Amino acid sequence: MAKIIGGITTSHIPAIGNAMASKLENDPYWKRFFDGYEPVKKWLDEVQPDMAIIVYNDHGLNFFLNQVPTFAMGCSDEYQNADEGWGIPIMPSFKGDAPFSWHVAESLINQGVDMCTCQEMKVDHGFTVPMGLFWRHLPEWPVKTMPFAVNTVQHPLTSARRCFQVGQALRKAVESYPEDMKVVIIGTGGLSHQLQGERSGLIDVAYDIQCMEAVINNPEWLCAQSNSEIMEKAGTEGIEVIMWLVMRGALSEEVDVLHKHYHAPISNTGAGVLLLADKG
Amino acid sequence: MNWQAHDYDKIPGTYVFDGKRSHAGYNLNRMAYSFIDKANRDEFAADMDAYCRKYELSDEQREAVLAGDFLKLMHLGGNVYYLAKIAVFHGLNVQDAGAKFHGITTPEFKQLLLDNAAGFEEQLKQAGGFWHG
Repeated sequence: MAKIIGGITTSHIPAIGNAMASKLENDPYWKRFFDGYEPVKKWLDEVQPDMAIIVYNDHGLNFFLNQVPTFAMGCSDEYQNADEGWGIPIMPSFKGDAPFSWHVAESLINQGVDMCTCQEMKVDHGFTVPMGLFWRHLPEWPVKTMPFAVNTVQHPLTSARRCFQVGQALRKAVESYPEDMKVVIIGTGGLSHQLQGERSGLIDVAYDIQCMEAVINNPEWLCAQSNSEIMEKAGTEGIEVIMWLVMRGALSEEVDVLHKHYHAPISNTGAGVLLLADKG
Repeated sequence: MNWQAHDYDKIPGTYVFDGKRSHAGYNLNRMAYSFIDKANRDEFAADMDAYCRKYELSDEQREAVLAGDFLKLMHLGGNVYYLAKIAVFHGLNVQDAGAKFHGITTPEFKQLLLDNAAGFEEQLKQAGGFWHG
């Protein structure tokens, strides 16, 4: 049977992609940020998951504003990265698992989560930066992937609570797959940042810490907040934190915290990392 | 046609990208999306004015694109991720754009970010359980 063994959170800022491509890991600006990923890489190398479900948002590569699915997932054996138009390096393609994805899609839809299924899906920095952060030290990607895209770009967006519920359904979907597979789920984006308008540059460390604690021990604290309340504290792009709740909903009610890391600013953002082991 | 008000409209200095903005900015953002194709970037770089007309931008939007006035483009329905694809033609990244939104220099904007995060390690220590190297 497929089993979720753990959940990870990370920011997916494009500047991180550029820093990895330029090998700036020991640069003073970046060192503390990247060093904080080493325990997660070590854990992943030890547990060797078969599948990574990556919860992210597309920023105008696969989806334009003509068609914006609230929840979309890849159902293919391969996913390509591509030119986003502003210079972030293109990564090698990623393996998928079509039978697994289609099972998950069917289970989610049967549970009332009306997914958009994608047999061609270009993955952007929201997906590729986390992949690079966790696995760039290996000669090839060691896991199969399932992209899980949440619209956090064009309002109306789904809610924090709905993301958590979708995560709970995702757990049932994974656990009902008969093949033996170790699955990790990665919630990406956030934490506080606002790229736009006169309020750009906002970072709220205290709120970010509260969000991280809530994701670990009290998801209800975040689920109870409206998108407007979250944006008021975390900034318009900080709303991405709701994707962490898809990850959290997919884990056991209690989790073991294996690693907790935060650094700010990275580019315009407060950057948080969690590694949570599932308790079955 | 009446656009509904939202509670997020009151957040200062903020342009939540909703249906109203996306509707107003559709051609502008559609043009920016075309820049994921290098041939389109080359065509735009060769004649920005003509390319804006081809995508039927309003005069205001076209002039703001040519001038690199990103705050104006926010007012005119630009989405920040799509504006980032235009900003590169002006040699700008999101931090340069952030500085422009504030009317300050990029080093001043980077300092603002540092100031906003100042003392974060102390806050992590108070919260407890965080990695410190």
